[in-house]
Amino acid sequence: MNLKRKNPNPDPSSPDSDESTQLSSPFPDEVLERVLSLLNSRKDRNSVSLVCKDWYDAERWSRTHVFIGNCYSVSPEILTRRFPNIRSVTLKGKPRFSDFDLVPPKWGACVHSWLLVFATKYHFLEALRLKRMTVSDESLKFLALSFPNFKALSLLSCDGFSTDGLASITTHCKNLTELDIQENDIDDKSGKWLSCFPENFMSLEVLNFANLNSDVNFEALERLVSWCKSLKVLKVNENITLEQLQRLLVLAPHLREVGTGSLLQELTPRQHSELKSAFSNCKNLNILSGFTEVTSIFLPVLYPACTNLTFLNLSYAVLQSDELSNLLIHCPLLQRLWVLDSVEDEGLEAVGSNCPLLEELRVFPASDPHEDEIVHGVTEIGFLAVSYGCKKLHYVLYFCRRMTNAAVTTIVQNCPDFTHFRLCIMNPRQPDYQTGEPMDEAFGAVVKTCTKLRRLAVSGLLTDLTFEYIGKYAKNLETLSVAFAGSSDWGMECVLKGCPKLRKLEIRDCPFGNAALLSSFRKYESMRSLWMSGCKVTMNGCRLLAQEMPRLNVEVIKECGNDDCQADKLYVYRSVAGPRKDAPPFVLTL
Amino acid sequence: MESKVAYENGLNLKATELRLGLPGTDIESEEQALSSARNNKRPLPDNSKECGLKGSSDDAQHSDHETAPPAKAQIVGWPPIRSYRKNNLQPKKGEAEASGIYVKVSMDGAPYLRKIDLRVYKGYPELLKALENMFKFTIGEYSEREGYKGSEFAPTYEDKDGDWMLVGDVPWDMFMSSCKRLRIMKGSEARGLGCGV
Repeated sequence: MNLKRKNPNPDPSSPDSDESTQLSSPFPDEVLERVLSLLNSRKDRNSVSLVCKDWYDAERWSRTHVFIGNCYSVSPEILTRRFPNIRSVTLKGKPRFSDFDLVPPKWGACVHSWLLVFATKYHFLEALRLKRMTVSDESLKFLALSFPNFKALSLLSCDGFSTDGLASITTHCKNLTELDIQENDIDDKSGKWLSCFPENFMSLEVLNFANLNSDVNFEALERLVSWCKSLKVLKVNENITLEQLQRLLVLAPHLREVGTGSLLQELTPRQHSELKSAFSNCKNLNILSGFTEVTSIFLPVLYPACTNLTFLNLSYAVLQSDELSNLLIHCPLLQRLWVLDSVEDEGLEAVGSNCPLLEELRVFPASDPHEDEIVHGVTEIGFLAVSYGCKKLHYVLYFCRRMTNAAVTTIVQNCPDFTHFRLCIMNPRQPDYQTGEPMDEAFGAVVKTCTKLRRLAVSGLLTDLTFEYIGKYAKNLETLSVAFAGSSDWGMECVLKGCPKLRKLEIRDCPFGNAALLSSFRKYESMRSLWMSGCKVTMNGCRLLAQEMPRLNVEVIKECGNDDCQADKLYVYRSVAGPRKDAPPFVLTL
Repeated sequence: MESKVAYENGLNLKATELRLGLPGTDIESEEQALSSARNNKRPLPDNSKECGLKGSSDDAQHSDHETAPPAKAQIVGWPPIRSYRKNNLQPKKGEAEASGIYVKVSMDGAPYLRKIDLRVYKGYPELLKALENMFKFTIGEYSEREGYKGSEFAPTYEDKDGDWMLVGDVPWDMFMSSCKRLRIMKGSEARGLGCGV
């Protein structure tokens, strides 16, 4: 039920009305709001709000979900003032490179100040999805106690909390439908949080604790699964045995998404067939993940369940090429596949042969490339094979040991519809291994051929030419990640001047300096953020930028031992909330 | 400009040498120069300026020191995979198997199977002793020529090729890597194995 707001009969003499009442829409605001409430895309909603004041108002009253890509771009006060009826919030905090340890701890992005405001303004908040935010146990307890209707909590790549905080959620949130805890830096004290669900708790639809390592009480889990008839997603952790998994599957054959526990067990023939039958009874199963410590004896158990699989996440499973091949024969409808490079090029050839509907492929490194003496992994051969067989491929994340310009050119000719092309040649500055040349032509081919490209990550030996190509051709590019690349300021200038839709630019260890930074300083106001670390910008350059653009937050992370003149880590972002009030001492706002 | 000066101070000549081709140890010195910027070993001549932010920056450095000091040059945050995933990487391919080799043990006439971890035992004597205790029987004396003499039981195992072998013939390490399951044979079947083939 929407809260009542402005007077439906505006006074024509009031300053607010001006031209909007003369040109106001021919139907009442309630109708407009009703219509607008059907809009879900935030891009559409943003466009709608720019039409006129009436539409702006109708949109802001009818919006129930808000997405904030940078928590420092707006304050909770401004947010709640504009959107009074929000039920669901998505908040992203730290710069993405914090995932790779490039941002010091205690940098910020704490959710608590948001929760304090939400507690009064969004009392009926139902969902909170956080990515790269700092969340404390205290915050989680406050969340659990302040929002009686709270239903869904998702924490991805967050830090600062422990399993005690999760216990607050499971204890107090009587209407919880979703608990999704993924890849966080969590203090994993115990699995007791699972036992804190009340006795007759029935509402859970999504439960993901795959990345928590402590033992949970299996009886409590079993009880939970048997009571929650609407459970669609269940991703258990490594401590759940195959036998236990089988029991859970029997209780919940309607599951859409299953994450297995540890698979390092030998099964008796009876157990083997029981598990196989449990999997094949899951007729709605679309997504499988987990697979830690998998053995080939286990995989055939899955074959009957694979017929309807659309997403297979094997990114924690060290599989060999034949194991993957035998599995993929049973997955004809696969659209998304995540694997480790232990499957090697041969395994990827099997992907090309068996998965004609594949749209997304991610290949992660199976071992630490610094430590592994023997060269394993995937090369251009595997990628080529996939591109020949999977014509619908549009999203790729590929960690490889070597690549050639010719291969990439062929790949994008086979698959011209790439929207996300993230290639990581793992040795920095490695050239085309066949010709010894830079990889400029590869990425040139990508941006020339793939006109729908929205996200690009480059690697290998690259000169400014790559960035000339990007600036000239990548007209739909929104996110660009650059590391150990480029020859001079000119490269970065090309990108800033050329890519009209650029929103996020993250750069590390490139020879770009002040000239590049300052070449298009107005550009940064049309972007979400810029990150530059290990480059050649200096404090003076950053100060100049801050002076020219007062509505940008220009922050430098200072680390001891470095030259005071160098701005080793620079983070620039637009904000309507002004400079950070919670910046730690090592973050200098210029 | 400052960093160029540092490199020309003779500490990183190799890094400025232009080379193409597959990365070898030479690239590492470049990486070392880069990574040293992360862990306070930067070859800057002017390191005397005390940083007033030392307190909180120490925390920052500890987080950057998560990776071991560069024996083989490590770059912070490279390759770009999330910490959680990185911590789950296997350093060596064999590592997954190293964490316990569980094999089933059956004994003719016993109602149920047992399971043992071969890694727990240092060699055949310990394994056989453990089996004797587990199933309450005695294995005879092993000899290469005659197998197990002096008892009606013989310990056998199924190897990777699916063949049933007598326990004790191959070196312990080879046995550990090829043994898939154990079976303690009884009676005439057992005696058959003991005779020379």
